[in-house]
Amino acid sequence: MNLELQINGETARVEAGQHDTLLTVLRDQLQLQAAKRGCNQGVCGVCTVQVDGWPARACLSLAHGCAGAQVRTLEGLHHTPAMQALQRAFTEAGAFQCGFCTPGMLVAAEALLAREPAPDAAAVKAALSGNLCRCTGYLKIVEAVQAAAAALRQGASA
Amino acid sequence: MSSFIQAVGASIPQLDSDEKVTGRAQYIADLWRPGMLHAAIVQSPHAHARIRGYDLQAALALPGVRAIVTGDDLDAAHRMGAFIKDEPAFAKGKVRYVGEIVAAVAADTEAIARAAARLVRVDYEVLPAALDPELALQPGAPWVHDDAASYVKVFDAGTQGNVCSRTTLSEGDVAAAWAQCDVVVERRYQTQAQAHLSLEPCGALAEVDAQGRITLWSANQSVFRVQANVCESLGLPMTRLRCQTPRVGAGFGNKMEAHVQPVLVRLAMKARRTVRLILSREEDFETVRARHPFVIRMKTGAKRDGTLLAREVELVLDGGAYGDDSPGVLGYALLMNVGPYNIPNVHAHGQVAYTNKMRFGAFRGFGVPQVTFASEQQIDEIALQLGLDPIELRRRNLKTGNAPWFCGQQVASNGLTQCLAMVEHASGWQAARAARAQRAQGDKRIGYGVATSAHIGGLLASGAIVRMLEDGSVLLNTGAVDIGQGSNTVLTQICAEALKIAPEQVAIASPDTDGSPYNWGTTASRVTYVAGRSVVQAAAEVEKKIKQHASEMLECAVDDLELRAGGRVGVKGVPGRELPFAAVSGRAHWAAGGPIIGSHSWVFDQKTVDPKRAVATGLPFSQIGIFSFTALVVEVEVDILTGKVRVPRAWSAVDVGRAINPQLVTGQIEGAFVQGLGFALTEEMVWDGGKLANPTLMDYKIPTFAELPEVLKAYIVESHEPTGPFGAKSVGEIGMNAVAAAIANGVADAVGVRAERLPMSGERILQALLQPAGAAA
Repeated sequence: MNLELQINGETARVEAGQHDTLLTVLRDQLQLQAAKRGCNQGVCGVCTVQVDGWPARACLSLAHGCAGAQVRTLEGLHHTPAMQALQRAFTEAGAFQCGFCTPGMLVAAEALLAREPAPDAAAVKAALSGNLCRCTGYLKIVEAVQAAAAALRQGASA
Repeated sequence: MSSFIQAVGASIPQLDSDEKVTGRAQYIADLWRPGMLHAAIVQSPHAHARIRGYDLQAALALPGVRAIVTGDDLDAAHRMGAFIKDEPAFAKGKVRYVGEIVAAVAADTEAIARAAARLVRVDYEVLPAALDPELALQPGAPWVHDDAASYVKVFDAGTQGNVCSRTTLSEGDVAAAWAQCDVVVERRYQTQAQAHLSLEPCGALAEVDAQGRITLWSANQSVFRVQANVCESLGLPMTRLRCQTPRVGAGFGNKMEAHVQPVLVRLAMKARRTVRLILSREEDFETVRARHPFVIRMKTGAKRDGTLLAREVELVLDGGAYGDDSPGVLGYALLMNVGPYNIPNVHAHGQVAYTNKMRFGAFRGFGVPQVTFASEQQIDEIALQLGLDPIELRRRNLKTGNAPWFCGQQVASNGLTQCLAMVEHASGWQAARAARAQRAQGDKRIGYGVATSAHIGGLLASGAIVRMLEDGSVLLNTGAVDIGQGSNTVLTQICAEALKIAPEQVAIASPDTDGSPYNWGTTASRVTYVAGRSVVQAAAEVEKKIKQHASEMLECAVDDLELRAGGRVGVKGVPGRELPFAAVSGRAHWAAGGPIIGSHSWVFDQKTVDPKRAVATGLPFSQIGIFSFTALVVEVEVDILTGKVRVPRAWSAVDVGRAINPQLVTGQIEGAFVQGLGFALTEEMVWDGGKLANPTLMDYKIPTFAELPEVLKAYIVESHEPTGPFGAKSVGEIGMNAVAAAIANGVADAVGVRAERLPMSGERILQALLQPAGAAA
């Protein structure tokens, strides 16, 4: 084991070559499979994780480059109020069909809501513009993220 | 006691929502088995070449390599194909397109497998290639198949040379009709290859047991088609292969017929180990399949009052190297080319050309988006020439009520008039068009386009088994693969409604060729209608058996019994006299009659062609299904400096018969619209010689959040199909059919440019704008 990573709040010791990506380490060594491999080229966004709170492409992030950073995958974000609100809103709005892009969408949207409690549709589209979906046509995803934001604001003020 | 809430018509979330929002849903690349090997493929660098031999020495010498399969591991006698048996499991003797699978390696890790794949040496004798479909049909073109005429076919295909198939459909007398037309529009159109781009790349995992029986999981749209294709191409008895499915990361036709399953099964058999193969995005682009490029020559004529009189269409489809679904796409495109209009004289004919390109096959719309792009523009051009409003011209010619379709099949339910009225009203059509000049700002021009279309759902057979478990809960098994669109949820709702129980009391079995009843596939907009009908009938058999038991237990006549909400059976008019399903099922299991099982299977049998009306040659299916309809209005913005086209607003209405789950229905309409947007504006596979030049998401642009219109409205029209489960028809494909056509009409309305090619890229529109007025793009 030649590399220590902070994944989902825990220290993970993994064996990684200089060229191994974070995605390979997450999926193949740590069995954290919520992040998917769609293009392996940084375009589709299905591998999105958070690195120090910011959305990042796990397929373009070298594992060694993530040493010292806080990496969070969908598996490590279930407890946040924003993620719970997003999961509920995605389910209620029908914001996914096949679900392959959903983990990446949720992780990117969680990072958005952490910074912007009341994003308008344009802000949601901009924040998620690096995440592709081939099933839904995106509309229900925008609606779900806004609904989650509204639910969070309501929860905070209650 | 759980109270019954009507299941049909309820927008309940997808049953697998929890696993999808927590990241626990397992797709093919998430499956692991003990001792599993990893596979990599070797692809052809040539469009057309004879394989003289293989040198595997260096690859086999790499530590960790366990097995390699090549064409030498295949028996030339075995070939697969839905319509024409022309395709080996992978390249045998010849390669026919760049990217075709020629060998596969199984190794301890994916990295070793990929390294070994690069060491496989194939000795090729390069042959001249046929790359253009029209040229491929000319005399003297290189033949993609040495003797295509000798292949086994399931219909009168007319295969000869590079003619993969040909079809002709005729009604009335076109030749005589032209003379009666006051206006005739004629053009040649070309549509592009579109990649399905399901975000999950194709993959499969095969496990061989001690007896040599194989279990195969794969990204698929039908476990039964996977089983048939693998067994056909490898010469295996179907009993030797069991096919199952993980969650599927979407399918739009690409995962219906075989992709890597045949080569992977052969590799697992040779390695005698469990092997998994997951394609990279580039490999998926190059080897799987794509939407057919069409060349469309179309001519439409009408009388001065707008009555459509005649249509002639000739299609040339690029079929690629193997038949796959091409004959079906050709036949269906010809059948649907007229659109939902009464045109008494129609001659429709076309050919599929074999070329040295990847397979072109089924893709949402199955040829209809292509012909609709041409047809709906011609309808618009006629309206323009006659000075009629495009919607008014359509309304005058629309198929209404039970008016039969082209070639004669009766239409049982038709909500098209309502669809058109809905989008006309919602878009404010009249006022919006009148004000479009005022809405033009700076370099932006605004236009409005309308288009209609239809689709047929109901093809081929499906069964359902409904079993009541000891506790009175219900297990539903249909064999239909949910590819993300939500059929598990919809079929569960249908079953729950039929038995008056809550959807939570029904579990749905995962498709398995060992245990599920036959289901042809999740394709052709068919699952709700075809599998749904089987579910209703199987549930009816369960209801009958419940009542037989209850009549003996409650000592009353069967006819006096009714199912009551929440899983009870009781005597009509006597509220207290009832039994829970658990009591009935317990008796069936332990005392009398045996466990309660209902089953049903059927195949749609209404003929497509009425021989008294139409003449048909080479139509590969004689019975298809029932008709759904759509009308669509789009607002289009064209930047006259760049030619870039944008769709700020869109209104799409679909007659689905009955929406079993309205939210899933609008999800289909919205998703299909945005996929149609990509087809219309940005998506195009481009070849450099025989090689695909843009097999990456960097270079192949599907719509993103940025392209989502500011307003996208999906409207459900419910015409109640008398033969459908609770009145339902279909919705999977139809929302895509009219999108490119409506946008093209909007572009013409905005800037006067007629689109003859797809996609309507900024470059193409700008070039037309720079030409004298009236130029086509």
